[in-house]
Amino acid sequence: MLRVSDGAQLILIILLPLVVAPICYVLRSVRVVWLLTLATALSCFLMSVGLLLVVLDTGGFSYHLGGWAPPVGIEYRLDLLSAFVLLVLTAVFFVCQLYAGSLTVASSSKEVPPAIAPAFFAATLLCIAGLMGIVVTGDVFNLFVFLEISSLATYAMISLGRDRRALTAAFQYLVLGTIGATFFLIGVGLLYAETGTLNMREMSMLIPDLVDRQTAFTGMTFVIIGLALKLAIFPLHLWLPNAYTEAPSVVTVLLAGTSTKVAFYALARMVVSVFGVETVVETPLPRLLLIVGSLAVLFTSAQAILQANVKRLLAYSSVAQIGYMVIGLGLLTTEGLAAGFVHLFNHALTKTGLFMAVGIMMLVSLDARLSSLAGLGRQMPWTSAAVVITAFSLVGIPGTAGFISKWALLDAALAQEAYLIAAVVVVGSLLACLYLLRLLDVMYFQVSEKPRESITIPIHMVTALWLLAIACIWFGLSTEYSLSVAKLAAASMMESL
Amino acid sequence: MTMSDVVLEHYNYWVVIVLMMIGMYTVISRGHLLKKVIGLNIFQTSVFIMYISIGYVEGGTVPIVEGGAASDVVYANPLPHVLILTAIVVGVSTTALALALIIRIREAYGTLEEYDIQKLDQDAESE
Amino acid sequence: MTDYLILRVTAKFLIPIILLMGLYVQFHGELGPGGGFQAGVIFSAGLILYALVFGLDRLSDAVPIVALKVLSSVGVLLFAGTGMISVIVGGEFLDYNLLAEDPVAGQHLGIFLVELGVGITVASTMLLIFTLFAAQNDHV
Repeated sequence: MLRVSDGAQLILIILLPLVVAPICYVLRSVRVVWLLTLATALSCFLMSVGLLLVVLDTGGFSYHLGGWAPPVGIEYRLDLLSAFVLLVLTAVFFVCQLYAGSLTVASSSKEVPPAIAPAFFAATLLCIAGLMGIVVTGDVFNLFVFLEISSLATYAMISLGRDRRALTAAFQYLVLGTIGATFFLIGVGLLYAETGTLNMREMSMLIPDLVDRQTAFTGMTFVIIGLALKLAIFPLHLWLPNAYTEAPSVVTVLLAGTSTKVAFYALARMVVSVFGVETVVETPLPRLLLIVGSLAVLFTSAQAILQANVKRLLAYSSVAQIGYMVIGLGLLTTEGLAAGFVHLFNHALTKTGLFMAVGIMMLVSLDARLSSLAGLGRQMPWTSAAVVITAFSLVGIPGTAGFISKWALLDAALAQEAYLIAAVVVVGSLLACLYLLRLLDVMYFQVSEKPRESITIPIHMVTALWLLAIACIWFGLSTEYSLSVAKLAAASMMESL
Repeated sequence: MTMSDVVLEHYNYWVVIVLMMIGMYTVISRGHLLKKVIGLNIFQTSVFIMYISIGYVEGGTVPIVEGGAASDVVYANPLPHVLILTAIVVGVSTTALALALIIRIREAYGTLEEYDIQKLDQDAESE
Repeated sequence: MTDYLILRVTAKFLIPIILLMGLYVQFHGELGPGGGFQAGVIFSAGLILYALVFGLDRLSDAVPIVALKVLSSVGVLLFAGTGMISVIVGGEFLDYNLLAEDPVAGQHLGIFLVELGVGITVASTMLLIFTLFAAQNDHV
């Protein structure tokens, strides 16, 4: 086998989906396209495992595109944190592609018609390439370009939903997403005008001296607000419930596991690595993050309780979970950051699994209304069992992945003597308990009015779902690969870029 | 240098701010989806102008080096131009996608007014 | 379209010049201002003018949609393939110096191939967007 250098592996992992996407777009057979996408996803996953092992060994490396060293050229940089997020991304992507294999089965291919399925797979590949690009790039403008690549693919994927409301949801996301990206662009422009560089590392050295300058401060503000829109932080989250609800299930699972996670990574990267902790502590930003994070947890969890649509319920819960991560970032300590990132990891597994289970149940119930799921607990025992596991993980019951991250966050908040924040974390979990109990109650203790025909669930969907459900338990019992890596990553990030 | 000089010397940035506000206002206030896209384009254009203003160097000439670099020639900064060329391409793609969505929304709803669309959705919900 | 004699004659006169200009910007791009982006847009503008004056059907006859789809993919692959060659040889992605024995010749070759890829993709994507939008007119 050809031995490729680490740097070549780093560029290959992004280039591979970018190259396979146009090939998929041209092909006709759904099965061939799916196999091609799955193979790409698997190779990306294996490469990211390899990269993480390398980084655990060496502590990180950088790659100069075209051999041009920064500040002239674009630098790709892999450190522990980016390798960790890269691994989460590729793992979720692989499982989602396994799940999307259901599109090759006639009974469940209604979601995305076979005629446009190749274009759908091409869009997922572009989306993941963009997201991985955001994670590895060391150049702020390059980050913008990757952000837009992934966003454009996402808008197109959301619009594939069966209901016509998917179109308006995609349009709403397009307008807000473009405003967010343009805000980021304005911020980058102002920071470039002030520092004269686009390289993150060089920028991070120059910014501490410039923080009193209006231009630099305004630029930082624009960057943060732009990313906050993409991340769907509490008052800027209005696009997310619509987009998650109306998109086809195969798209929702991918979005829930990847896009907001990467936006959180980008925000943390800009705030901690580029602006620097010393700079940010002087600004109102940490307090602001704590406030909006807490509001997100409380308000959107409460809103989730009131939803009559399961996908919308889970979407509001996603906004609440983003709140937890933002709280972790707002604490601005190593423990807080580690808690934020391990929650990113656990929530990616948990929420993707839940959305997958709902997608499977929708094959039987035919719509996403909560009342339509009545009695499914008895009819589909295995899928429902997976729902129970992932729901426990979302609440944070001990023994599941969600517990680890909530506990880490609680720990970090108590270490800072931020008792109010700790209270918010606990209350948020109780609210999560309430809305998930509603779901479980309907599934197990209510009886469906009309009899349903039983259909065979595509094996791809079941395999993908159970992979995640088992992962939820595995990472709840063993923290070796999640929490300890996140802690190392956070520690190395706090030290320097 | 008086205050008015400062204001006048940065007239291009004032153009940027005015365009930015016009664009944002159009996106927020107009209910017609096509007008929203136009507003979005104006908003993006203001950023393009901002970048080009950043790249301007007083007395600078076109950044094409001929016959080896001459040290006494001042060049405009080409980097913001390259960046914004990329951003323009991104903007064009976004606009194309938005227009495609608009065509499909028009087919599905028969209207492009946000208010009417919301009303149609609510009617469908209550049925 | 038979009535608009002036339009047709002017278009017939202009289109070859526009296409030639596109090719010039494409292939002179490594020495002067220009490059794949601009060339692709100019080239597709010429063909779009053709469609506007002589009708979309005649453009689709000349350049079918399938061909546009394939071409837009081929351009991306050309770009990525050129970049990958230098990785395979053992350098870094898009390092043109390694494409030929002589670094300067490598730079020339690399820029030429990459810009060609960009040009093909931009031109075919612009045409694809235009064709698909224009074909929509029938049912809205």
